[in-house]
Amino acid sequence: MNILSKFYYRYKKILKTIRLYLIIAGPGIIVMVADNDAGGITTYTATGAQYSFHLIWFLILLGPVAYYVQEMTVRLGAVTKRGHAEAIFHSFGSFWGWFSLLDLVFLDWLTMITEFIGMTAAMSIFGVPPLVTVIISWIVMGTMVLQGRYWTWEKVALLFCGLNLIYIPAALMINPPVDKILHGSFIPQLPPGGFTNALFFLLMANIGTTIAPWMIFFQQSAVVDKGMQEKDMLWGKIDTAVGSLLTVVVAAGCVVLTATLLPGQMINDAATAAFRFMPINRYVGALLAIGLFDAGFLGAICISLASSWAFGEVFGWAHSLNHKVKEAPWFYAYYFFDLLLAGTVVLIPRAPLVLITLFVQVIAVTLLPAALVFLILLLNNEETMGEYRNTLFQNVANIGIVVMIIVISTLYGISAIFPKILGG
Amino acid sequence: MILDFFRNTAGAVRAINQKYAKPHIEMTGGVRFSLGALRFYLLLLVGIMVYKFITLLH
Repeated sequence: MNILSKFYYRYKKILKTIRLYLIIAGPGIIVMVADNDAGGITTYTATGAQYSFHLIWFLILLGPVAYYVQEMTVRLGAVTKRGHAEAIFHSFGSFWGWFSLLDLVFLDWLTMITEFIGMTAAMSIFGVPPLVTVIISWIVMGTMVLQGRYWTWEKVALLFCGLNLIYIPAALMINPPVDKILHGSFIPQLPPGGFTNALFFLLMANIGTTIAPWMIFFQQSAVVDKGMQEKDMLWGKIDTAVGSLLTVVVAAGCVVLTATLLPGQMINDAATAAFRFMPINRYVGALLAIGLFDAGFLGAICISLASSWAFGEVFGWAHSLNHKVKEAPWFYAYYFFDLLLAGTVVLIPRAPLVLITLFVQVIAVTLLPAALVFLILLLNNEETMGEYRNTLFQNVANIGIVVMIIVISTLYGISAIFPKILGG
Repeated sequence: MILDFFRNTAGAVRAINQKYAKPHIEMTGGVRFSLGALRFYLLLLVGIMVYKFITLLH
């Protein structure tokens, strides 16, 4: 009986822990899975098609990189109870605050366009016209936020996050070469052809899709809107870690798909990959298209919220999903304005949509150090953070990330002006 | 109506600037200069990428 009661006690304790985690889980998983947005899926499929399994190790390395950056926003949001935009204004003044806010607005608008590009391209595979996709997306995105509760929005968003894992069964369905996947995952290597401009561009696009400024603003504001306290921080970190693991797994799944079925083919976007999958395996093609739509949708709802929260924090509007439209009119007005503006660009005839998608990732990663530096400064302020300040290891890791991104962006800038430096 | 909107927005911006006029984290001149230089440098890099984007378009 003693053993039975011990087992029962342990079982109840584990259940309670899981239930507690599920209550706190949300911002970390959503931001990380939404990170595999339409631009991200496009980047991963292009990476797999052009460079086979050779760069999976690079994607795996980006997982902890994303975790160390996003974990800081959990601590900052839980301790200060302020969103990131408000935290910058409060701590560094209005000059730096406006700079950060305008950066965010510009990048978010560009990234939102790529989300709509992904959604319309995915649905066009099923014969749905872009205009119909855009309108239906607007309606669903609007309905999600208008019910007046953050928790409801979060749970629906988590469902879409679950759908984002569709690449995993798709990758398993095609019997990929496990030995090549393991080799590409654990042995750092350059693809045949070495270090070229094209490779450099894709590496940067991969970094840009893994960590982006909107993620910092989104997660911190979501932590505040959810009402997370300092005592919840451990769960918030676990939530973020689980999210970063899922990010890497989905990214690897996308790479495996195109590396196995479309090796050596010039794929510039995920929709083209899905279209080319159809004659080979129409179920895999359909799964990739559904996943691409989901990725764009998830990215769009998170990015538009990140901007709306940021503006609301700074302008002092009511800015919570727990408010109804009448209580927070400007918050919802900005949210819908963002969606409308981005969706409309996609409907412009002959717009260079694929090029826009890839370049936006690269521009996002280039501007990321500006946001990261403020985040690190905030996390090192003893008055603000107290015992939750960055440790030496966290500072080394995050400053290392900032330096790495600046170096890589510089090298890409040089290669853009002098293309022959890296062999063109 | 549009003029009223811009006037109200300008007023809101002025109020925000007043509210956050004094930063809570004191930065030395060196830190401020470094942040400004970093920002300028990153925008320069973005400019180069936009140039590359335009050349690829043509």
